[in-house]
Amino acid sequence: MDREIADKLYMAITGALTGLANGFFGGGGGMIVVPLMTFLLHMKTKKAHATALAVILPITLVSACIYFMSGKFDFSVGVPSGIGVIAGGVVGAWLLGRLSAKWLTKIFAVVMLVAGVKSLVF
Amino acid sequence: MLKFLLLVLVGASAGVLGGMGMGGGAILIPLLTMLFNVEQISAQAINLVAFIPMAGVSLIIHFKNKRVEKEGIFWIILPALACSLAGSLLAIAVKGSLLKRFFGGFLVVLSVFQFFSDKIAEKINENKKSENCVKFSKKP
Repeated sequence: MDREIADKLYMAITGALTGLANGFFGGGGGMIVVPLMTFLLHMKTKKAHATALAVILPITLVSACIYFMSGKFDFSVGVPSGIGVIAGGVVGAWLLGRLSAKWLTKIFAVVMLVAGVKSLVF
Repeated sequence: MLKFLLLVLVGASAGVLGGMGMGGGAILIPLLTMLFNVEQISAQAINLVAFIPMAGVSLIIHFKNKRVEKEGIFWIILPALACSLAGSLLAIAVKGSLLKRFFGGFLVVLSVFQFFSDKIAEKINENKKSENCVKFSKKP
């Protein structure tokens, strides 16, 4: 296949998978698009992380609007947890690079596995 | 009031992880459904909305530092927009308990990748070294 066309096809596949997952699961797009960009599109990791946001932000806006319009946003829960996410996000960004991420990543993976199994089975 | 504070705390713990680039939503959504009996779809809605301000600020910083690859990016964004529309409508149409199970499966798969992410990154770097035609780094 023509390289130009193949490139665009890979990009479209990357976008389609990311959009579908992010919309259906209400998040997680970053965990799909970053590996796809580095592995399939050969982007450098730092660039992939930054570019991922440029993809995920617009699609999250679209999904958030749809969820919101169908009345799925509960303010009594959304407001406090939203405040927490923003405050925590600032702390997390500050911690980035100051804390060894290696073990945190592993611990996080185990917590995710437990939460995943619990959601899957119960 | 206690519930309010606990929700702030749960949001903050997810926010810290998100700020460190580890997918805070993967933890916020199950915490909300398990600890606060929030419906799966509502937890997803909250995660989507909470992501927007953080991502907006980060993106502006990345743009200023010229870290965003703009070449051909619309070939990624346009299909992503169409599919996110479809995905969202599907999530709303599907039964809540089923959506939760799908989400659980998604988390299990992601957790495995997350656990081995350093090994996967090593592999990718090895592959890159052996490859000559690296698309996004070929231009000076």
